[in-house]
Amino acid sequence: MAGPKYPGFDTLALHAGHSPDATTGARAVPIYQTTSYVFRDSAHAASLFNMERAGHVYSRISNPTVAVLEERMAALEGGVGAIATASGQAALHLAIATLMDAGSHIVASSALYGGSHNLLGYTLKRFGIDTTFIQPRDLQGWKKSIKGNTRLLFGETLGNPGLDVLDIPEVSKIAHEAGLPLLVDATFTTPWLMKPFELGADLLYHSATKFLGGHGIAIGGVLVDSGRFDWEKSGKFAQLTAPYAGFHNMDFEEESGTRAFLLRARREGLRDFGACMAPMTAFHILQGIETLHLRMPRHVESTRKVVGFLEKHSAVQSVMFPELESHPDHKLAKQLLPRGCGAVFSFDIKGGREAGRKFIEALRVFSHLANVGDAKSLVIHPATTTHYRMSDEDLKKAGIGPGTVRLSIGLEDADDLVQDLERALAVASRAK
Amino acid sequence: MQLQLNGKAAFAYTAAHEIDPAKRTIVFVHGAGLDHSWWGLQSRYFGYHGFNVLALDLPAHGRSAGPALSSVGEMADWVKKILDEKKINSAVLVGHSMGALIALEFAARYPAVAERIALIGVAYPMKVSDAFLDAAKRNDQSAYDMETIWGHAPQVPFAGNPNPGMWMYGDTLARLGRLAPGVLHADLVACNAYAGGMEAAAKLKCPVQFVLGARDMMTPPRGAEELIKNIGNSKNVRVATSGHSLMAEAPDATLDALIEFLS
Repeated sequence: MAGPKYPGFDTLALHAGHSPDATTGARAVPIYQTTSYVFRDSAHAASLFNMERAGHVYSRISNPTVAVLEERMAALEGGVGAIATASGQAALHLAIATLMDAGSHIVASSALYGGSHNLLGYTLKRFGIDTTFIQPRDLQGWKKSIKGNTRLLFGETLGNPGLDVLDIPEVSKIAHEAGLPLLVDATFTTPWLMKPFELGADLLYHSATKFLGGHGIAIGGVLVDSGRFDWEKSGKFAQLTAPYAGFHNMDFEEESGTRAFLLRARREGLRDFGACMAPMTAFHILQGIETLHLRMPRHVESTRKVVGFLEKHSAVQSVMFPELESHPDHKLAKQLLPRGCGAVFSFDIKGGREAGRKFIEALRVFSHLANVGDAKSLVIHPATTTHYRMSDEDLKKAGIGPGTVRLSIGLEDADDLVQDLERALAVASRAK
Repeated sequence: MQLQLNGKAAFAYTAAHEIDPAKRTIVFVHGAGLDHSWWGLQSRYFGYHGFNVLALDLPAHGRSAGPALSSVGEMADWVKKILDEKKINSAVLVGHSMGALIALEFAARYPAVAERIALIGVAYPMKVSDAFLDAAKRNDQSAYDMETIWGHAPQVPFAGNPNPGMWMYGDTLARLGRLAPGVLHADLVACNAYAGGMEAAAKLKCPVQFVLGARDMMTPPRGAEELIKNIGNSKNVRVATSGHSLMAEAPDATLDALIEFLS
């Protein structure tokens, strides 16, 4: 007898977490543009505050529109739940602030988005949280860098901008042997290309601004918990397993088991740090998610065409894309990313910084801006923009050279993209 | 609250309160493969509203040490030992699914202790399909999938969780994923084999309440009809929108039914 089946990805992308509005029959997710919610009576209010009843109190903590996005993302990722945040950076901060105090330590991949590198390498240091950066392929390095006060291992599913593929099965094994969780930034892959929890990750987050939204009109983040990390067994997370005076002496793990992390993240993190998502933003991101399963294959298909063109072009020194045999993670990518390696990649243009500048300025279809994962094709020069605060040494560690150009391939006609690149490369070549 | 029972760790959630002999006690008993936190909202409510609360982790579940017990009768006796350990001689038992069978059997075996019982998401007999039993015996993922999908109303994937931002399927799977091999199978075998329901019903001396989900695929309400008929004078609440996981799918309706039953 065949067992019951879960709804498929495409169906969840359209329906998870929401049924037509019971009062009005509205089919689309309503935008609950409200800060707060009327209590039925005083007893109901007290019960909501003391977490004896489920519901919404104040939109910094939860909101019905935002909750649909959270539930939908948890469904697509296979998590127990999610928290939507003001940005991807807010999601990363929320994860760290929920798990750590001053004196804690993180082991992180060196191939990170510049903003994440800043947060870990500089900003969190001011608050007593140190980070050791490890080249993501250096498995021994991950292991050796774990110290008594380490509380998290962290990397990107596809590192920025060299597309280093994080070996989640191996790195999560190292984390779990040390009683630690692995957090991954899954922005570049989205749940359509990779399910990090199935590979061993414990927590993940997205900059929802990118492929999830896909339209480039809303900034947001989503933090998702697999619910599979046993905080009690680890014994290293008193934040979740000991009574907390900041929340009525609640022991979050005892109270809620698999939901402990999200419970504290929501009830403390959103309450005190306040980096919540606005309902209108959640609505925008939801519109994008409804077509994620249609957009991602097209992103991947067009990227392959563009990569194929660049790889053969005489003005291009190298292309960094894990689907190419020349990429150091080609084999791992085939194993972990069978649907494709996304639509963001870098290449080095011959002629260095000046050729890069000329190239970018000659493009007509690609937009020169600091974002990725848009329906429109984008281009940027990391050394002078997203990663400009990094030293030359750190840039080199992250696989960025003076002539490195990052492309985000959109949904335009791929032939038009190739033509645009061809013309700009010709201009750049004349500049040498 | 961590206890020792016959040298083995046993756990009961108490909503951060000490047991007060002057208060009434409510014992929450979870269903197959689950643990005390399944009662999160309801147990917390009563703990903060004048009751002693013991939301138990049965052996091999949650924070209680194994091995799993093999019959509903053994489980009822284990609950009694917990009460003896805490010197509690009267308690309301609230059980869900397998826990409801335990509450029923407990009330028949220990009528002087059972003040009243609430049976949530229950059917009798609680027959488990061969396919489900077989998959659980093999510790196959499909057993956890059956428990998850049949354990919720069909509309759950497409309806908002009353608990904002949480995904019910994922939460159930994560809980089941923490079980030691064989535990779900032991629970399902105990449910399937329990044959004392009508005999227990005839012995009941305490008030009984049923809370059933109209969309329950695991224990459809019609599966409780004979039991209800045999018990005679019981309170019955049917939650139109809920499936088997009433505490999560309809937390307020479940809590309100319990509040009314206990008032």
